[in-house]
Amino acid sequence: MTHFVKAWILAIGLILTPTALSAQEALPSAPVVEPAATSGLEAADVPAVAETTASGLDPALYTPMKPTPGIGMPVDGNIDFQQQFSPTGETAHWINNAILIPMMFGVSLFVLFLLFWVVFRFRRGANPDPSKTTHNTFIEIIWTVIPVLILVVIAVPSISLLARQFEPAPEDALTVKVTGYQWYWGYTYPDNGDFEIISNMLSPEEADARGEPYQLAADNRMVIPVGKPVKLLITAADVIHSFAIPSAWFKLDAVPGRINEKVLQIDREGVYYGQCSELCGARHGFMPITVEVLSQEKFNNWVRANGGTVKGEAAKPAVAEATATAANETKTEVAPADADAATN
Amino acid sequence: MTTITADGHIDDHAHDADHKPAFFQRWFMSTNHKDIGTLYLIFAIFAGVIGGAISGLMRLELAEPGIQYLQMWATNHNAMMGGGEASMDEAYHLWNVLITAHGLIMVFFMVMPAMIGGFGNWFVPLMIGAPDMAFPRMNNVSFWLLVPAFILLFGSTFVPGGTGLGAGTGWTVYAPLSTSGSVGPAVDMAILSLHLAGASSILGAINFITTIFNMRAPGMTLHKMPLFVWSVLVTAFLLLLALPVLAAAITMLLTDRNFGTTFYDAAGGGDPVLYQHLFWFFGHPEVYIMILPGFGMVSHIISTFSRKPIFGYLGMAYAMVAIGVVGFVVWAHHMFTTGMSVNVKMYFTAATMVIAVPTGIKIFSWIATMWGGSLSFKTPMMWALGFIFMFTVGGVTGVVLANGGIDDNLHDTYYVVAHFHYVLSLGAVFSIFAGFYYWFPKMSGRMYNELLGQLHFWIFFIGVNILFFPQHFLGQQGMPRRYADYPEQFAYWNQISSIGYAVMLVGVVIFFVNIGWSLLAGRKAEGNYWGEGATTLEWTLSSPPPFHQFETLPQIK
Repeated sequence: MTHFVKAWILAIGLILTPTALSAQEALPSAPVVEPAATSGLEAADVPAVAETTASGLDPALYTPMKPTPGIGMPVDGNIDFQQQFSPTGETAHWINNAILIPMMFGVSLFVLFLLFWVVFRFRRGANPDPSKTTHNTFIEIIWTVIPVLILVVIAVPSISLLARQFEPAPEDALTVKVTGYQWYWGYTYPDNGDFEIISNMLSPEEADARGEPYQLAADNRMVIPVGKPVKLLITAADVIHSFAIPSAWFKLDAVPGRINEKVLQIDREGVYYGQCSELCGARHGFMPITVEVLSQEKFNNWVRANGGTVKGEAAKPAVAEATATAANETKTEVAPADADAATN
Repeated sequence: MTTITADGHIDDHAHDADHKPAFFQRWFMSTNHKDIGTLYLIFAIFAGVIGGAISGLMRLELAEPGIQYLQMWATNHNAMMGGGEASMDEAYHLWNVLITAHGLIMVFFMVMPAMIGGFGNWFVPLMIGAPDMAFPRMNNVSFWLLVPAFILLFGSTFVPGGTGLGAGTGWTVYAPLSTSGSVGPAVDMAILSLHLAGASSILGAINFITTIFNMRAPGMTLHKMPLFVWSVLVTAFLLLLALPVLAAAITMLLTDRNFGTTFYDAAGGGDPVLYQHLFWFFGHPEVYIMILPGFGMVSHIISTFSRKPIFGYLGMAYAMVAIGVVGFVVWAHHMFTTGMSVNVKMYFTAATMVIAVPTGIKIFSWIATMWGGSLSFKTPMMWALGFIFMFTVGGVTGVVLANGGIDDNLHDTYYVVAHFHYVLSLGAVFSIFAGFYYWFPKMSGRMYNELLGQLHFWIFFIGVNILFFPQHFLGQQGMPRRYADYPEQFAYWNQISSIGYAVMLVGVVIFFVNIGWSLLAGRKAEGNYWGEGATTLEWTLSSPPPFHQFETLPQIK
């Protein structure tokens, strides 16, 4: 297979750029694309770091919360958006349900009514002699101006919603760095000792055992404090992924080489699920996002359970140092470690 | 619209007008716009069957949560290339290959060839009173570039593309999934396929622009030109301006993949989002390329079956021009979640909404055309009426998605899938069926079966609505696109959606029965079988028209 690839690359090189130099340059590009191929094979369950989090957490400090059925997750057969738990999400949901849906029904039903009316009133049986009218400046102005007015009515709240969504996080906001990998998520807490949580999808059996929905549940969750703006820095390590939490009206692409910033605030303690929302390869559908929202106190305990440091609190030096080192190693080695595991 | 009538007698029964070349020469070395149009239509139907079958596989797999068939299909697919049993990752990769192929086939090998290549080639020269296209040989090249393009795309599914066989990048071919993320020749083949299809369309666009500007019959000013010709003219300009940008974007993909450049790789100073800007600078005009000829066809059909000239002809023509122009400055609404700044998002929100205005003008003008008319409800009219309503429904969800702040939740969910299938599968495809029934007797010389046509319309109409309407609900509940499997919370509406596919399929079968029946047993069509109301120049000719028409140019009053 590799022969085939290289032969192909070479062939293209020879066809497109006849100079020997270019043909030679074509070869080195092969290794550049190689790692992605190896990472795609059999399931690499959980990279080494996860051992320190999933099972190893002190139950006195943290036990994973059970999700509330129907909250923070889709509901079968439902036709509305998921219930919203962020301030901008509630506004957006309101704009949709109070302004956009009436607009959609109004316009569609108006057009449908007109169609039924002309079909009934001007059918050949009822109106054998067609009129020859082809112009009416007044009505043409009307049907240009009224849609403009409707759009202005929509645009005003829509633009102000955008402005609110882009309000920067306060200075003291917690920062969480989210990294998309093929095919799992990593959450780093730079304000709390820089430890990284690696988050893989739970198997159907594990999800069942934990009472969580399969394909939405992850082994290790991203945890944030309730009711406070959290600054998310979102990036990716390999290809583009997208970090999404439908019940917080939140979606932002994770682009390799870029750091996207957005504020996430969830106003209710609980578990919220999302799924990767940008095609990222074979297991695109199998890298869910699980966010657990806790009170500040419980969040601090969760940080401690992960060996992290709580802001404004002197950490036990030994633990903190060990964690920081571990975390640093983790950070740099996660992707290769996973790739290695994947080839096994 | 000014009523166009041929002035005086046209001698179409000229002595050497019907000397058709022998089979091979006629169909493989064609320079005749009608034959090339026919080839395009046959090609589009063929590609449509493949693209539609792929969506059938997808709906089958998505009918229930869990992976039911995908691994088996992947194993069979492997077996064709001498491979063994497929792993789950290969199965998931096959899913991505299916969505990619479905998108590319439907866009580049079904809708575009049918509308521009098929109906455009057939009826633009007829409607402007020209004997043929301006560059008949280039016309042939345009068609025959599509065939290798399709073969390359089809072939790409049998060579390695990363995790499995075939290109699994989505029709958008986003970097870096399409560069470092997909090893193997599959994506290269898919890119070259797009190059060829793009070159084919650019040549076609040059041909249409030249033909329309230079070969109109004496007296046919631009403002007397039939709306379908207007729509093809605007479409041709969109193609001419947008496709070179796609060509550049995917050429850079190719060099990133094979020659070590880093246009889309941040590690080398490039930017993955740059690819998306270039792609959508092409991609958004592309969606108007797929719908504008449909607008043109629907205008003629509404006018014909209302026995009334189009209401607000100039408004209709310039609304299409406006849609074309504004269509070039709204592209980044496809990228609302890529991390754009607030001002950029506000601009693209506002600009996108503006498109609703000329679109509204068109919808209301069609209704005003019918107002006071004398309507009959033959099959083409039913498709046109269905088009108006379904396009409206797809349009209003477009206004919802235009809001950058709202789109944050809906982006890349099934809501988007539902939206663009309402404007394409229920918009563009409805207009293609409308045009097909409207002109099939003109092209073949045989009337279609009205009962089968009506049956096709109603079953298809019900089927696609059951298929796509529930996808709005799935999207609002948060189901992402391009998923081979989904949490069981999405099971209900997915099952309904798959049932809709089965209903639609029955409609498609009736369509093919109708074509077969009509060609074999359809009664002979007169020159103007729609009678009063059908006023453009093609109705002054016999059905089918002579091999060469308008050797004496018609005079337009």
